[in-house]
Amino acid sequence: MIVLWTDALLFLLVLTLSGMVAYMGRKPHMRRPLKKIAHSKSGMVSLVVLLFFLLIGLLDSIHFKDEGSHLNDVISVLDYLARPIQENSEKTYSAPFSAYQYSKENIMMADGSKFWGYPRLKYGGAHLDRPEEQLAGDIALKAFIGFSKGAALMLFFLLLLWSFYKDRHRHLWVHGTTKAVLATLFIIVTSFYTLVYLSAFYHVLGTDKVGEDVFYQAIKSIRTGLVIGTLTTMIMLPLAILFGIMAGYFRGWVDDVIQYVYTTLNSIPSVLLIAASILMVQVYMANHPEQFNSLLLRADMRLLFLCMILGVTNWTGLCRMLRAETLKLREMEYVQAAQALGVTRTMILFRHILPNVMHIVLISVVLDFSSLVLAEAVLSYINIGVDPTTYSWGNMINGARLEMARDPVVWWSLLAAFLFMFTLVLAANLFADAVRNAFDPRRAEHG
Amino acid sequence: MIHYIIRRCLYAVPLLLGVNVLTFVLFFVVNSPDDMARMQLGQKHVTEQAVQNWKHQHGYDRPLLWNDAKSGLERITDTIFYRKSVGLFLFDFGISDSGRNIGADIGQRMWPSLALAIPSLLVGLMVNITVALLMVLFRSTYLEFGSIVLCVILMSISSLFYIIGGQFLIGKLLKLVPISGYDTGLEAIKFLILPVLISVIAGIGSGARWYRTLFLEEVEKDYVRTARAKGLSEPRVLFKHVLNNAMIPILTGVVVILPLLFMGSLIMESFFSIPGLGSYTIDAINRQDFAIVRSMVFLGSALYILGLLLTDISYTLVDPRVRLS
Repeated sequence: MIVLWTDALLFLLVLTLSGMVAYMGRKPHMRRPLKKIAHSKSGMVSLVVLLFFLLIGLLDSIHFKDEGSHLNDVISVLDYLARPIQENSEKTYSAPFSAYQYSKENIMMADGSKFWGYPRLKYGGAHLDRPEEQLAGDIALKAFIGFSKGAALMLFFLLLLWSFYKDRHRHLWVHGTTKAVLATLFIIVTSFYTLVYLSAFYHVLGTDKVGEDVFYQAIKSIRTGLVIGTLTTMIMLPLAILFGIMAGYFRGWVDDVIQYVYTTLNSIPSVLLIAASILMVQVYMANHPEQFNSLLLRADMRLLFLCMILGVTNWTGLCRMLRAETLKLREMEYVQAAQALGVTRTMILFRHILPNVMHIVLISVVLDFSSLVLAEAVLSYINIGVDPTTYSWGNMINGARLEMARDPVVWWSLLAAFLFMFTLVLAANLFADAVRNAFDPRRAEHG
Repeated sequence: MIHYIIRRCLYAVPLLLGVNVLTFVLFFVVNSPDDMARMQLGQKHVTEQAVQNWKHQHGYDRPLLWNDAKSGLERITDTIFYRKSVGLFLFDFGISDSGRNIGADIGQRMWPSLALAIPSLLVGLMVNITVALLMVLFRSTYLEFGSIVLCVILMSISSLFYIIGGQFLIGKLLKLVPISGYDTGLEAIKFLILPVLISVIAGIGSGARWYRTLFLEEVEKDYVRTARAKGLSEPRVLFKHVLNNAMIPILTGVVVILPLLFMGSLIMESFFSIPGLGSYTIDAINRQDFAIVRSMVFLGSALYILGLLLTDISYTLVDPRVRLS
């Protein structure tokens, strides 16, 4: 078992988050907005999708040393599960569901003569004798088998669930949201199962330049997207909350100093600040190779640094909002009363101010997530994002972009990155809307 | 008013100083001038003499922040930080590490950036406001619901895909305009159509949603009810009264980014190979040319501070109730 920095932080974050939800569920005034989210169809459906992504990301965050393989390198649980897909690597590009390579080369025929054509793939569709005729039928058949297996699994699970809960929570079963959630769950599990089943025989999303399966790359990229989206907020939250509340509550010179700091940081164009910092990290790593002895460790440290830098550039917006809210809150009667009763300042900050700005924090965390995932792709494109060896959607786009000029076009890497990123970001956006509707007091009044 | 502006300008000095120190420290905390010299001269076969020469030539042969060898004020002035920063405050950017005049480069590359940024901003603004107003006009119908869903979908697509898709569809398949490049004079228009179009489309999702909330807030106010009671038609109420009153937040939101238009868009310019300041910065980042990066950071911060000042002034111009003190 090997714990990388981002692994540990990611799990810590998940623990904190589940702790927070459990805590909020016990507080009556917090239960109302939570209930509102639970009743929103789009909110719950997107939550299911997000949890599915999170599950994959977490599976990819448990690393251990692989004793079995000849390379003896560090792999994650996801790598272990997806080994059949990962090991089926071809020589170079091949289209999705193709049995032939993308480019022509010299093929040795059985009788020793050479022939200039598209060679068969080593793994993709290798079980077929005459791919031209059999391919479509075989794909349909395999897809059907995969789908039925997935559906059967899902139905079995649903039946179990139903038999356990049919009496206790009768009202839940007829509720529209429950139906939507179960339908989403069904769609996700069956389609994912079908894809996994198919990828034992084909490259469902093609292969990339060095012949690696694109489906595998896209799945591996989920972790990078999640880490960037969540760890960044974890780094920025303490800064923003501490400074924002302090500036608003103490005012005077504390306020001046904090305002000076965030205006300075804000006035530097964020891309340039990120670029300068990443440049710095790169130089540091190049000068101190002894501290980063493995490729994985290096990539991981760079990912963590990127999160930190994004956190440092992003905390100012939330800090300003919290400052304004605290300025308002400190004039409220209950805070004044607490002051008059002699409650210490720290107690006032923790008991009266902090809980009352939490909804702003929560809303901004979920709102930031999707923009951070999108930002990763852009930053990777200008080479100031994650390490080039890290699987990420930005790196996939970056690699595939140059192939757009080819004829026929190599489109599958882009499509894969697009599909996965779009699903994650869309789900995050919808969930953010649900959370905002539930927690924003201005919106809550409108019902 | 004059007093206020002067005070704000003076307040900008410590800010810019802070920005400068920060970039300086960020860069030199891990990077010594020797490393820079080796980077610029190439990694292999660099003699000590060559490194010293390069440092002397580019003014990196002094101590970083504090010179112990000198006395009095010179302890501060005879350092790399002082020498390299004073020029920036006078907007004299000096020579880049690869030997080009940064000021002249900026003056030259500013125009393509503006030629791309100004139409993108104006067209985008018009499209977003129109879409948002239409959404408010058809509120609580399926049309509005559909367009909100569409907005969320558009928002969830990475800007990279808009660019790649647009280039592929319009530039490569339909061959309507060149995929990338730039030309001087009026010829530039055909190179600019596609990037402007793409940046407008990429911005519709979040833009229209944002303006919609602005308009919705405005629609609930009393004067709107009065206007309706007078018997004005709904489109007239929206496009005249609501739009006029919502102009205040819209304008002040736009004013902040006006000065930053000079800096250009990093992504658009590098994708469409437009020789503006955005691609200049990216090139500098990739070549690790510290002089250019620092100049651009300084310029960007100065423009941002200018934007904040302009916002405050524009508040007083459009809203007579606000007074600066």
